[in-house]
Amino acid sequence: MIKRLASALLLAMLALPAIAAFDVGQLMDDLARHKGGTAKFVEKKYISLLDKPVVSTGEMSFTPPDQLEKRTLTPRVETMRLDKDIISIERDKQKLSIRLSSQPEALAFIDSIRGTLTGNRAALEKNYLLSLAGTTDKWVLTLLPSDQKISALVLRITVSGNKNQIRTIEYLQADGDRSVLSIEPLELR
Amino acid sequence: MNRAGRAFLLWLLAMLAGAAIVWNSHFTADMSFFLPAHPTAEQQVLVDQLKEGVVSRLLMVAIAGGDEGQRAALSRDLRRRLAKMPEFVSLQNGEVGSQDADREFLFRHRYLLSPAVEPGRFTVAGLHQAIADNIERLASPIGMLLKPLLARDPTGEMVELLSQLNSASQPDSRAGVWASHDGQRAMLLVQTAALGSDTDGQEAAIALIRTQFAASAQEQGIANASLLLSGPGLFAVNARATIKNEVTRLSTISTLAIIAVLFFVYRSLRLLSLGLLPVLSGALAGIVAVSLAYGTVFGITVGFGSALIGEAVDYSIYYFVQSAGNGAAAWKRSFWPTIRLGVLTSTAGFGALLFSGFPGLAQLGLYSLSGVLTAALVTRFVLPQLGDAGQLRDLAPLGEAVQGALRRLHKLRWPVLGLALAAALSLFVQGGHLWNPELSALNPISQADQALDQALRADIGAPDSRYLVVIAAADQEAALQAAEKTASRLAPLVSSGALGSYDSPARFLPSQASQQARRASLPAGDELRSRLQAAQQDSPLAAGKLEAFIEEIEQARQAPGISRATLDGSSLALAVDSLLLHHSQGWSVLLPLHPGEQPIDAATVRQALSGSGALFIDMKGEFNALYNNYLHEAMLLSLAGVLAIVVLLAVTLRSARRLAGVLLPLVLAVLIVIATLHLLGERLHLLHLIGMLLIVAVGSNYALFFDRSKDGPALAPQTLASMLIANLTTAIGFGTLALSQVPVLHAVGVTVGPGAILALLLSAIFIRRETPR
Repeated sequence: MIKRLASALLLAMLALPAIAAFDVGQLMDDLARHKGGTAKFVEKKYISLLDKPVVSTGEMSFTPPDQLEKRTLTPRVETMRLDKDIISIERDKQKLSIRLSSQPEALAFIDSIRGTLTGNRAALEKNYLLSLAGTTDKWVLTLLPSDQKISALVLRITVSGNKNQIRTIEYLQADGDRSVLSIEPLELR
Repeated sequence: MNRAGRAFLLWLLAMLAGAAIVWNSHFTADMSFFLPAHPTAEQQVLVDQLKEGVVSRLLMVAIAGGDEGQRAALSRDLRRRLAKMPEFVSLQNGEVGSQDADREFLFRHRYLLSPAVEPGRFTVAGLHQAIADNIERLASPIGMLLKPLLARDPTGEMVELLSQLNSASQPDSRAGVWASHDGQRAMLLVQTAALGSDTDGQEAAIALIRTQFAASAQEQGIANASLLLSGPGLFAVNARATIKNEVTRLSTISTLAIIAVLFFVYRSLRLLSLGLLPVLSGALAGIVAVSLAYGTVFGITVGFGSALIGEAVDYSIYYFVQSAGNGAAAWKRSFWPTIRLGVLTSTAGFGALLFSGFPGLAQLGLYSLSGVLTAALVTRFVLPQLGDAGQLRDLAPLGEAVQGALRRLHKLRWPVLGLALAAALSLFVQGGHLWNPELSALNPISQADQALDQALRADIGAPDSRYLVVIAAADQEAALQAAEKTASRLAPLVSSGALGSYDSPARFLPSQASQQARRASLPAGDELRSRLQAAQQDSPLAAGKLEAFIEEIEQARQAPGISRATLDGSSLALAVDSLLLHHSQGWSVLLPLHPGEQPIDAATVRQALSGSGALFIDMKGEFNALYNNYLHEAMLLSLAGVLAIVVLLAVTLRSARRLAGVLLPLVLAVLIVIATLHLLGERLHLLHLIGMLLIVAVGSNYALFFDRSKDGPALAPQTLASMLIANLTTAIGFGTLALSQVPVLHAVGVTVGPGAILALLLSAIFIRRETPR
């Protein structure tokens, strides 16, 4: 009995701070602990002009703190790599590199992904207002751009996940079109 | 009027006529000094590009100091100020909106511009495929950027156009304008209206940029901002300033030093001014001859005047010192033949350069030849009319001292021979590494300027224009068609990765034939509508949503074709103008090639173009080939010059032994000078080689005097003194050139200056003394 009480107390003691502290800070700490890895993704782009969403699938991998690779396999092979502040896109035999520092708006957009993946609250709050809902097992983080130049590109970014794993990222564009990126981890490092 | 008066009057008239010609001469300090007089087709392209090419008109401007915002504000303001001026045809600083005109042009004319517009493109199957491909592109990470164009351009012609453009990296951007990689400098790219060969125009444009920048910085109250500039135009302006400055500086140094020597010797203002008469005549005659023969006088040629002064003054020294006490008639009889032979050997040496295909060298040859000849003639025929040495102080003590030294010098024969042997061996071992194989060795641009240029070039990503394809055509249409045909041969190389990309004027100004063919592929409205219905049945993009597209196609069918004037107002006009050239013989098209991940292999490109009449040019390779031609030619000319001197001496001296006696010290002097320069780390190039020839040509004058003494009595002290003084002035004249920053002048100076002294010294050492045979 005492033993059970003690273990319940212990559980409560462990659980209580977790529940009480599940705020943006806690989520960021969790995300920051993610060691990167490889995941499958499905991306659906809903465009008003098109009757059906445009679907692409592939794999993405992330190596903290700033290397992100997105390999689209269907409908067409295309690789996008983000290394520090250089984003490069390879398609067929064409290769395009953009230095992000020359494109402040694009940088802010990329920072939404990178900031979330690395749990970098300061980077996110530089350009977005953050709000969090849910629990550690099922959370939804909403990013609202604080700068008009960015909101011309994207109205709202919604990231959802469980624990330190991101499951979906949804971008809502100013014209009402949106894209939803679903992520299925393949392995955890 | 007496004889003296007549002679002086004649001389004065000739001088005035010469001065009038010089006054009207055209002086230049541009690259043409180095450019071939009789270029091959490939070299002609090189020459045209250097003189008139777009790259020769580009200036890179960097703004440093202040903070990021201040630099950006200065960049914007400077662009705004310069854009109003006719001196500039293009100003780029990466400002937002500065490329709107280009994009707008491409989008408006996309159906005439896109090479994807072919007869099959707008059939049911073609439309289905093109639209499906374009929707697929939306799946790409950059797909959202394409989305706004979907309704008007569902077949993705704009993407086709953009994907063809050189995707060379754009400069970085800070605060909305181009910046260096480290963000510490704002960058602008300026194209001048003045041609690269128009140094005055370039200088004016550069001055404008500087004053406008200063005004802008002051207006905005930014005190610590500074401007950095580089580019071919600045190089030309700086090179000219350097040469101008050096001509004055070097001539002043050598003139003052020589006047000091002469005054020490003569102690008479009259003799001093009379002694400078032949020099002045020679310098003037040199420029007159070059001006009359070539039309244009290079600054470097005039810079060579310092050496000419030192050489030309010798004759009057000989005259005054040697005729003192004996009178002019005796001098003419006993000394003039030796001096005349010396003049002839010098003439042979300089004359060899006349045959050079390197215009700078040919000019130097003509300038020195006519200068030396005139100075000698004036000394011989004018000077004796005007006066003799009169009360010239007795130089015998000096001569006797030299005589004393000569006796001891004699012992140095074997050590000198050993030294020369060592020099020959060390040169032989170095062999092929002795000569610098690059034309850049002659580049008068300072290291600091070159380093700044490289830094700015890296920051702004200015294209290097090493590889070019050039096609000649009779008219513009033929030229554009040829560009399109050549492009179709280059395209496979781009797909295979052998080539990164290429530029073509036909990209923005297609030939009329291509425009008509593309227009003919565009279906009429109703026809297109029904084809879309069929093509889009099971597509997510319903035909009903594509009315905007049908309208755009109809507009393209009606719109007038693209002509050069259509491009006005966009920076594409500039791109076309720089690649499509109209000249007196017709038209030429340039297609610059850019490497991809691997370097360009010339053989692969040549093979792809074989039989097309297009010329592939590697500019750097051409430059080095050009220089190696010069070097090769200079070797032949030097040998020919030395041979001419040897023949001249052989005919006059009529004795193998005497000939050997004259030549041996000269050969040893050349060996020792060259080996010493090499050991001192001097990178030897073409002009050192010419210097070797000049050591023989100039040095033979001294050797001949010693030879002369073998027949008759030993050299009189007075004669020895005259040789010593003449040698000193020659060494001063050539030696001054060694102070020059211009490699061409410096090389001749460091070679001939010490070489002349050595020639005298070694001639003295190897003179056959009255020792028992």
